[in-house]
Amino acid sequence: MSILRYTIFRFGTMLLTLWAVSALVFLIINLPPGDYLSNQIAELRASGQSAGVAKAEFLRKEYALDRALWEQYMIWIGFLPGPHGFSGLVQGNFGWSFEFDRPVRDIVGDSLWLTVLVNVAAIIFVYAVALPLGVIAAAKSRTWIDYTSAFVGYLGLATPNFLLALILYYYGRKYLNIPIGGLMDPIFEGQPLSWEKIKSISVHMIVPTIVIGTAGASAMMQRLRANMLDELGKPYVETAIAKGMSPSRMLAKYPLRVAFNPFVADIGNLLPSMVSGSVLVSVVMGLQTIGPTLLTALKTQDQFLSGFVLMFVALLTLIGTMISDILLVLLDPRIRYEGRES
Amino acid sequence: MTQLPDGRYVDDAPYDPQASIQTLERADLDAPNWLLVWRKFKQHKLGLISGVFLLLCYLMLPVAGFIAPYTPNERQSEHLYSPPQSVNYWHEGEFLGPFVYPMTAEADLETFQWKFVPDLSNPLKLEFFCKGGEYRLAGLIKSDTHLFCPPDGATLFLWGSDRLGRDVFSRILYGAQLSLTVGLIGISVSFFLGILFGSIAGYFGGRIDWVINRVIEILRSLPELPLWLALSAAVPSNWGPVSVFFIISIILGILDWPGLARAVRAKFLSLREEEFVRAAEMMGASSSRVIRKHLLPNFMSHLIASATLSIPAMILGETALSFLGLGLRAPAVSWGVMLNDAQNLASIEIYPWTAIPMLPIIIIVLAFNFLGDGLRDSLDPYQS
Repeated sequence: MSILRYTIFRFGTMLLTLWAVSALVFLIINLPPGDYLSNQIAELRASGQSAGVAKAEFLRKEYALDRALWEQYMIWIGFLPGPHGFSGLVQGNFGWSFEFDRPVRDIVGDSLWLTVLVNVAAIIFVYAVALPLGVIAAAKSRTWIDYTSAFVGYLGLATPNFLLALILYYYGRKYLNIPIGGLMDPIFEGQPLSWEKIKSISVHMIVPTIVIGTAGASAMMQRLRANMLDELGKPYVETAIAKGMSPSRMLAKYPLRVAFNPFVADIGNLLPSMVSGSVLVSVVMGLQTIGPTLLTALKTQDQFLSGFVLMFVALLTLIGTMISDILLVLLDPRIRYEGRES
Repeated sequence: MTQLPDGRYVDDAPYDPQASIQTLERADLDAPNWLLVWRKFKQHKLGLISGVFLLLCYLMLPVAGFIAPYTPNERQSEHLYSPPQSVNYWHEGEFLGPFVYPMTAEADLETFQWKFVPDLSNPLKLEFFCKGGEYRLAGLIKSDTHLFCPPDGATLFLWGSDRLGRDVFSRILYGAQLSLTVGLIGISVSFFLGILFGSIAGYFGGRIDWVINRVIEILRSLPELPLWLALSAAVPSNWGPVSVFFIISIILGILDWPGLARAVRAKFLSLREEEFVRAAEMMGASSSRVIRKHLLPNFMSHLIASATLSIPAMILGETALSFLGLGLRAPAVSWGVMLNDAQNLASIEIYPWTAIPMLPIIIIVLAFNFLGDGLRDSLDPYQS
């Protein structure tokens, strides 16, 4: 199988998975009894405002909420025609947010790109930190460098994200004058992309990137260290040293290459937890990603909005995992396109 | 053991040429598995310490009400956001035993904060085994005896008090009851589901294996927290704290099983072909008997180690959910619920002690990690 065919195959499985996920997501957002409108209708009836009831009833018809659950699902996805023909996720119509009384597309808008940006930055951070630290910790194992990095790593794993966020903000503000909260200065919100805006975003990104990436970086560092230690004990390392190779060249040339594979494969395991983390961190730090939107939508039972956000988050992780799978095949020809076996 | 002048150590016992050098090793070889595991586990000092610490923590849970000086929702309305008080022993060069100075609140009209001034001339001794707020020992036996209580006319806020004047120290102890058990219940749910689906997939193979494998893959590729959020948002708001607690721990467990199921399945696939399994099958053992009696015991210990490593994720999960207001709700007390108060920078800046609950979280999570590492390393005693 060529790499192209594998990519196509992998893309196909991703679409199928996404489909299964959509059913799951739809099921979850419909778990609470009733829906946004029926709750509203009950509320309006209780307070005796019959004018609003008619409007809500009309909206229920408009969004097919009066039909059977499976029909609602098919209409939401876009496999069945709704009251106005086919207009579901597949057709690019993300639905209507009842809470904000605006189309979902308008509400999420920019935050989709910022979400992607934050997560990509966090992944780069994970690699940039875990790679050198893991290799150094393995090369200097059982010295203070190893112990310090292990200690910091454990602490990074154990500290809840949001606490780290608060602590970093506090000290960052106090000593480094790092701005608090948000992903950009409020004046740039809704502005077209400019050099100043990019600068503002990058300064604001520092703390969120560190916070989201820390747990992943610690886990990855420990795994890389373990893999490297396994490799360092092998005879070929001894041969290389005996030949008189310099330690740093030897490290980079042989054991690192072997230890690198699981490092790339791991991103598939890491990504879901990082996206989770970014949702939580965004709520705490007031980032303009979809995290806070998801929380409001879930709390107010705004089903189309929360459904779309959940689908987007899932899509993000699925694409990430797919890329890591394809990279892995490119990196290691021994992998026979059967997918990862961990 | 004596040391010879040249530095060698020699056993004092007389030399017995008859003694077989094998006896001692034989005893080692015949030692039961758990003994070997225990011996190896003892080597892992950090794991051992963590294990003992966690054991103490869990033993403390039923008697938390006895140790805590206050009950969790007892308010001292005169002492909102009181800073931590120290317990002193020496008053003006004289030993008094443990005592506290009573604190009085004064309004600072410049910063509009309460300032707490200790009355240094009036040491009040702590009371021991005294009457206080009523609580239930282990949730069953009513009692009002506390290990120590504040003296009359003074307060005892070891770690300060919160927004409503409740004692942070007592609340941490009570919070441990929920925060620590959430992980255990969650892991039991995940363990049950993981073993069930993993063993079905691994033992029967074929189509059912394919289906379960796809489900595992889908669940593993999804970010947990948004799903946890969505599921807990579905918990009706009129449920009592106890049912919310159970449903939250079950939710945490429901999304955790795929990792475990995968491990179980992989083990089953390799063990299924072994002779002892075929022998059991030929003797007419049912599938469930083969799975339970012949296959599972083989790697139960590994499962326990990996379960230990996934408890921290659940504890952190509960904290995150409660922190966001979708997990446990007041009047239930958990560490996440307490941290809900420390959500903004202002409160951490002005009242740093409201963020104290993060310390037990970090320590417990670290302890579980070390214990799990230690268990994993020592479970295969035959490996050097």
